[in-house]
Amino acid sequence: MEIIRLKDIQFAYPGRSPLFRALSFSFSAGERIGIMGPNGAGKTTLLQLMVGLLKPQAGEVIIFGRPRRDENDFYEVRRRIGLLFQDPDDQLFCPTVEEEIAFGLLNLGIPRKQLPGLIKEVLSLVGLEGFEKRVTYKLSGGEKRLVALASVLAMRPEVLLLDEPTGDLDPKNTERLVNILNRLSLSYIVVSHDKNFLEKVTSSILWFENERFLPLNAVHR
Amino acid sequence: MFEESLAEGRSFLHQLDPRVKVVVAFSYAIIVALSSHLLSLIWAGLFVGFLFVLAQLEPRRVLRQVLVANYFILLLVIVLPFTYPGKVLYSVGPLSLTKEGAIYALHIFLKSNLILTCLVLLLSTSSVFTIAHALHHLHVSEKLVQLIFFSFRYVHVIHREYQKLMAAIKLRGFVPRTNLHTYKTYAYLVSSLLIKSYDRSERVYKAMLCRGFKGVFPTYKHFKMQRKDKLFALGAAFYLIFLILWAF
Ligand SMILES: Nc1ncnc2c1ncn2[C@@H]1O[C@H](COP(=O)(O)OP(=O)(O)O)[C@@H](O)[C@H]1O
Ligand SMILES: [Mg+2]
Repeated sequence: MEIIRLKDIQFAYPGRSPLFRALSFSFSAGERIGIMGPNGAGKTTLLQLMVGLLKPQAGEVIIFGRPRRDENDFYEVRRRIGLLFQDPDDQLFCPTVEEEIAFGLLNLGIPRKQLPGLIKEVLSLVGLEGFEKRVTYKLSGGEKRLVALASVLAMRPEVLLLDEPTGDLDPKNTERLVNILNRLSLSYIVVSHDKNFLEKVTSSILWFENERFLPLNAVHR
Repeated sequence: MFEESLAEGRSFLHQLDPRVKVVVAFSYAIIVALSSHLLSLIWAGLFVGFLFVLAQLEPRRVLRQVLVANYFILLLVIVLPFTYPGKVLYSVGPLSLTKEGAIYALHIFLKSNLILTCLVLLLSTSSVFTIAHALHHLHVSEKLVQLIFFSFRYVHVIHREYQKLMAAIKLRGFVPRTNLHTYKTYAYLVSSLLIKSYDRSERVYKAMLCRGFKGVFPTYKHFKMQRKDKLFALGAAFYLIFLILWAF
């Protein structure tokens, strides 16, 4: 089943020359793909287009079989497709870890009574048992990353989009992330510069440059 | 102002229902701002002292927050006595200091500091997020609550970016002097600060949208008025009425 389909997307940031002129991309359930590419190729932009944080000037964004245009269309999309931001500081804004994770759950309308159980569960999934009361802005970079991941996973998305998730992780925490991702039964797209990491968590790696996706082994680097 | 770390603590004031805090803080601010007797300001000061005890914060940390705002107040306090019409006490050249002006300036100085200290003690002992949620409960319009919340996030973000940029500038051997190079550097600093902060707050907002944000701030620990909250609210209400009687 096809989940994400981008068709002839044209996109430019205001006042800049077009980044994408006719970008096409397709992603299906069950896939686990890695995307590598030079800085500024538009990887972050690509992920944000998929969940409607940026809107294309032309072309179609078809998610779960339906064309998506305005905010209302994407509200449902964002619930089912979770995006982990490149910088965890952009994602964490609540005072404590438990409130951070509860934010998404409360927005979904999940009853308060169920929250403590769900929070505990997702924290143990990312290996941060007992972190409920910790103050978010005092966590280490790696812990912040894992809390951000937990806050996304708590919403039970069907698909994950991860934007350079190993950026601030040390080897031990990277290994932890590999284990977490391999244990999940989710489809995902991971953007990363770390080929080693991508080989451990994805089944195919694409090289993205000039709006085109090529299998990594076809591009000798 | 409103340093986030002040919100950490287990004191009585930290645990007080934020709705009570918001209502008391704003009533206090209005009454003190409008009061016309100096004596009532002494009673108003007593309340601030009482809050210090309840907050169990280092007074220095609280006063540091208030001090920042005093740069602006100071300007007013210096200018006012010379521009306000009234009985002349002292003249220097074309400037004359009036008695009414001096009293007025003193009023403004005391009132603004009392109000600010009270606001810092009551409001920064809760997180901005909690205050935003409390405002919702008090039926403040959704747009206004969002505006307040994001401006506060903004202030912190700007401050953090400023520290980073300042460190970067100093690492490259910058020493402020009174020359064009210094002014140019500061101009660049301010402009890149604004751009960076804008970008970041936009990303924070996007991240909130990704987690289903629709304009309301749900809180995890729902407030429940407890006995101590009701007692404090009642006590504060009596005190505020007393203050009104003195103030007018
Ligand atoms: N908010 C923005 N406004 C203007 N230009 C931007 C913005 N965000 C990114 N860009 C530009 O778009 C290009 C692609 O950025 P991005 O998607 O972040 O690339 P990547 O994630 O692959 O490094 C870059 O040249 C970047 O400078
Ligand atoms: Mg990027």
